[in-house]
Amino acid sequence: MFSSFMLNTWIVASMVAVIAGIVGFFVVLRGATFAAHALPLGTFPGAAAASLLGLNPVWGLVVFAGVGVLGISELGRRQRHDVATALTLITLLGLGTLFLSLSSQYSQSVYALLFGEVLGVSRADILPVAVAGGIAAAVILLGFRPLLLSAASPELGAARGVAPRVIELVFLGAVGLATAVALPVVGALLVFSLMVGPAAAARALTARPVLAMAASVVIALGTVWSAIALSFETNWPVGFFVGGLGAGSYALSKTGAAFLNKASRGRTQKTFP
Amino acid sequence: MFAAAGFFSSAPVQTALVIAGGAAVVSGAVGVFTIIRGSTFAGHALADVSSAGGAAAFLFGLSPLLGFLGMAAVAAGAMGMAGERRAAERDLLTGIVLGAGLGVTALFLYFDVTSRSTTGAAISVMFGSMFAIPPGMAPLAVSIGAAALVVIGLIYRPLLLSSLDPGLARVRGVPVRLVGGLYLLVLAFAVTLSAMTIGAILSTALLIGPAAAALRLSRRPDFAILLAMAIGIFACFCGIWLAYDSYDWTPGHGWPVSFFIVTIIFVIYLLSGLAR
Repeated sequence: MFSSFMLNTWIVASMVAVIAGIVGFFVVLRGATFAAHALPLGTFPGAAAASLLGLNPVWGLVVFAGVGVLGISELGRRQRHDVATALTLITLLGLGTLFLSLSSQYSQSVYALLFGEVLGVSRADILPVAVAGGIAAAVILLGFRPLLLSAASPELGAARGVAPRVIELVFLGAVGLATAVALPVVGALLVFSLMVGPAAAARALTARPVLAMAASVVIALGTVWSAIALSFETNWPVGFFVGGLGAGSYALSKTGAAFLNKASRGRTQKTFP
Repeated sequence: MFAAAGFFSSAPVQTALVIAGGAAVVSGAVGVFTIIRGSTFAGHALADVSSAGGAAAFLFGLSPLLGFLGMAAVAAGAMGMAGERRAAERDLLTGIVLGAGLGVTALFLYFDVTSRSTTGAAISVMFGSMFAIPPGMAPLAVSIGAAALVVIGLIYRPLLLSSLDPGLARVRGVPVRLVGGLYLLVLAFAVTLSAMTIGAILSTALLIGPAAAALRLSRRPDFAILLAMAIGIFACFCGIWLAYDSYDWTPGHGWPVSFFIVTIIFVIYLLSGLAR
């Protein structure tokens, strides 16, 4: 499991987990779950489009992610956010079906692009993931306070000079960048599961922002590591384990938090009758 | 342009027209409520998750209808646990269910590929193939769609009131929770029906696009529903006709019908913004 050809997988998957944990914290806090699902899913046909034009697939992914970010924020000006996201998603996917059908040899890789090919990570994948993921994480960490403020209260944030539209664009840009680079390695659907499950579990455990973000990263790392190990042992797709473990950790910490709440309330009642 | 000889006499085209038209009518009615209630994500997620049932049915050789509908009903039940809370909270639970459902899809597709050596399963489950609908499925699909329409018609007024203003609806004695649950079930069935026949992408496109355009053109819900149905049918029929015609553009290789329908819907949506 830890032989040399698996080393790249462990490195890249760990980096992706850290980035997803950091970005995912704000995805959950801002209620941007739909955007976090739509960006990777709408971005994946970009690889097919690029290969049709004879370019490196990463460029296609970056362009599609950029179009998705602009589409969501531009359509979101005059339309409710979930509707704008859905319209952007279907338009990108509609274009995607065209490119996928035109480049017929690409249909084989659709499964890998959707569900990930974690065991086929090469050494050349490490650098792009590290650079782009580092930028995405740096943007989120540098904008930590304004992002937090505008998530908690957009009006208060605007009053303090944080323009909601700029924040939105920066945030979606970070999500798009993180997905475009992580996508060929872990798959469009896995990026999403990894961003939402662990972060939601962390938020159920604690309300303190810094602690919750750290917990989100730790849970994401745990999810990815056990998913790869399980996938290696069973030969089942890694996406199944990430999706299942993500939902499982959320359910577990939700019930755990409810149990602790009840216990602590019971204790206070005993101490102060 | 009119080279599409034998368009209406081709049996696959007839089936596609009936199924897509039916999906457009049901999606138009359900879609207007979906937008008013802010349940767009749930509508899209149900289509994606139900494909896990499709992949499972494919593996076990069951009726795909059973697989799709069963999975969608389970997912709708899980999402319904969020109840009528804040939209962000609902979206989070929807996302968790979607993540788990997609994981299951990955597993079943993997089994499909390894045990039946069909590499095309991922594509046909995600994108659908309108010209490959078995003709026997049409009556069944139409009756499920009709049932969904009847339920919407029966709960029309309480559903509208509780979608617009849950607080007021509760005061007026509307069982908001029950109506919300019924709506989610109808949404699951409508979305599944179209996901199964025309693919997950088009299912979301037909649910959201025409209804969003219609609600920009008319503020009255009943007008908006009729308008959404008309836009959906128009987009589907034009799209199917163009896709049929495209076999002549690039010899021997048609363009995907989803591309045409989605593009037409998006253009109509953009145009509807000018009308206001």
